[in-house]
Amino acid sequence: MAKALTRMTAEEIIGEITASGLRGRGGAGFPTGRKWDLCRREKARPKYLICNGDEGDPGAFMDRSVLEADPHAVLEGMVVGAKAVGAAKGFIYIRNEYPLALERMGIAIRQGRKLGLLGKDILGSGFDFDLEIVRGAGAFVSGEETALIASIEGQRAFPRPRPPYPAQHGLWGQPTVINNVETWANIPSIIRRGAAWFSGLGTETSKGTKIFSLVGKINNTGLVEVPMGIRLRDIVFGIGGGIPGGREFKAVQIGGPSGGCIPNQLLDLPVDYESLSRAGAMMGSGGMIVMDEDTCMVDIALYFLRFTQEESCGKCAPCRIGTRQMAEILARIAAGEGGPEDLKKLEELALTVKHGSLCGLGQTAPNPVLSTMRYFLDEYRAHIDDRRCPALVCKNLITFVIEPEKCVGCLLCLKNCPANAVAGEPKKVHVIDQAACIKCGACFNVCPPKIRAVSKTTP
Amino acid sequence: MAQKRKTSGTDSKPTAVRRIIAKYGGQTRAIIPILQDIQDRERWLSSQVLEEVARELDVPLAHVYSVATFYKSLSLEPRGRHICTVCMGTACHVRGGTAILEHFERRLRIRAGQTSPDREYTLERVNCLGACALAPLVVADGRYYSQMTESKANAVLETLGRRSERPHRNPSGAGRRR
Ligand SMILES: Cc1cc2nc3c(=O)[nH]c(=O)nc-3n(C[C@H](O)[C@H](O)[C@H](O)COP(=O)(O)O)c2cc1C
Ligand code: FES
Repeated sequence: MAKALTRMTAEEIIGEITASGLRGRGGAGFPTGRKWDLCRREKARPKYLICNGDEGDPGAFMDRSVLEADPHAVLEGMVVGAKAVGAAKGFIYIRNEYPLALERMGIAIRQGRKLGLLGKDILGSGFDFDLEIVRGAGAFVSGEETALIASIEGQRAFPRPRPPYPAQHGLWGQPTVINNVETWANIPSIIRRGAAWFSGLGTETSKGTKIFSLVGKINNTGLVEVPMGIRLRDIVFGIGGGIPGGREFKAVQIGGPSGGCIPNQLLDLPVDYESLSRAGAMMGSGGMIVMDEDTCMVDIALYFLRFTQEESCGKCAPCRIGTRQMAEILARIAAGEGGPEDLKKLEELALTVKHGSLCGLGQTAPNPVLSTMRYFLDEYRAHIDDRRCPALVCKNLITFVIEPEKCVGCLLCLKNCPANAVAGEPKKVHVIDQAACIKCGACFNVCPPKIRAVSKTTP
Repeated sequence: MAQKRKTSGTDSKPTAVRRIIAKYGGQTRAIIPILQDIQDRERWLSSQVLEEVARELDVPLAHVYSVATFYKSLSLEPRGRHICTVCMGTACHVRGGTAILEHFERRLRIRAGQTSPDREYTLERVNCLGACALAPLVVADGRYYSQMTESKANAVLETLGRRSERPHRNPSGAGRRR
């Protein structure tokens, strides 16, 4: 940071960031140097910086960990960015669900001011810049850059059409650079170690390292920082240690509600922006949710569509109405009430929503459906044609039964059944009354692992 | 309409709202943090409070409502004394979060998003708590519980129930509306 402030010009800083090949870590992967340069060329003053710490993708928590463990990296990155584009003030937007991140960032800012790294005449360089924290209020769409700007301005988080881009017309109409937490946190090491070091890592188009959160049905869950271009297989089976309980790998969901599911046959895919998009997923913020044979792909598609439908801000019709229609069709299929025409309808709707929506939320909302239909069409077919759920997830299509030869009559399922659907006596075989069963799965979960008398079946 | 309706109740509330607004220099752009601070204090936003914010900031009441209804962390209904939040993020979903939520719904006899009639419990869902490695996750009164199961959930509810039995201070404002 000191190097950038005292020994580098704005042009040199931007030159270094551009040469490093750093691309935004918030989802779309826009080249950071180019964004900064656009903003630097704007004449209007004041200019603003924003750090996007909304981290809305469920299953991703690398931004939280950076904000909590290394808030100073973000702070330094923003001071460097401020010098590069000529900004006087920055805002760090952190979601409400991250109280510790909010607290630690507050401490870092106070320390920064005390040490003269923020405020007036930073490190005697004659350069002024200060930071303010903005607490999010709980809305997925507020992670979208124009919606986030509206939120800081005290409005509803409604996105607006781009262009003009925030770099030209952002916060209060002023030129604004908005970058993701991880993007900002990459800046100090690029300045310190040089662009060549950074671009020496990764692939032709995706430079450096990226943090992924490896969660779901995987042995080693947590955050991993890996060079771009690493094969998916090396992450899931190498670092992640494979699937627990001897289950079969099915897919890894990447990119949150905008992303898609990558199946087994594509596990050798290099993880970079382009390869993931081609496969129907998206880098997104880097959440990787591993799914095994017990995960139903129709259920997952429905899960994401319900998510986007609920989080759609409602400003544009394709997203507001389209996601709702898609969720309804998916719910029908999951309930075993889908017809053969539903798949075609889903696909048509998906394309309409993709092309007709105002912001990235709607434009990418169909991805989870399209990618699961692309790789797991047989699962959709099983729900529609045979009324069965192969992964034994969709409630309408499964039954819980107690295998008489395994049941030891321990009363556990009977006591835990909220619907009183289990009949039996101590040491005698229990039976589930199918008419009363609400399929909550409590019996399945409480039956001791050594006995495993409760099982799920589908037609 | 904002002007006509009388603010009822104690005098302490109006001054609290004013104090919070003053902390943000009375800036209209700070309306979201202002509402958040009020909610942190009172646990929800009553219509009187929203009217007062509109008056003090000199913005249309419709604007205050547009913001207050948009963001999920702002509640226009009284919330319970104990808040249970079940994570419905993807990682929690694939590890059985939905079953946990349904378990809480059955045990508390309320649906997600609702508050029990006695105002003891509010059940909420959240899209991800950022601790996905510990999925499925539940937060009860600010405490995080990881790798939830039905029986762990019962234990959590028991802890909350025990805490309920201790005498407590009735927080100002809650429960006066309607
Ligand atoms: C619906 C939606 C949600 C988004 N959520 C986030 C988010 O939570 N965090 C984030 O950094 N970017 C998010 N983005 C991307 C931002 O719009 C923007 O591209 C990003 O903050 C730019 O920073 P970067 O260039 O450093 O990636 C979201 C985009 C959309 C369309
Ligand atoms: S999905 Fe539940 S904590 Fe992230």
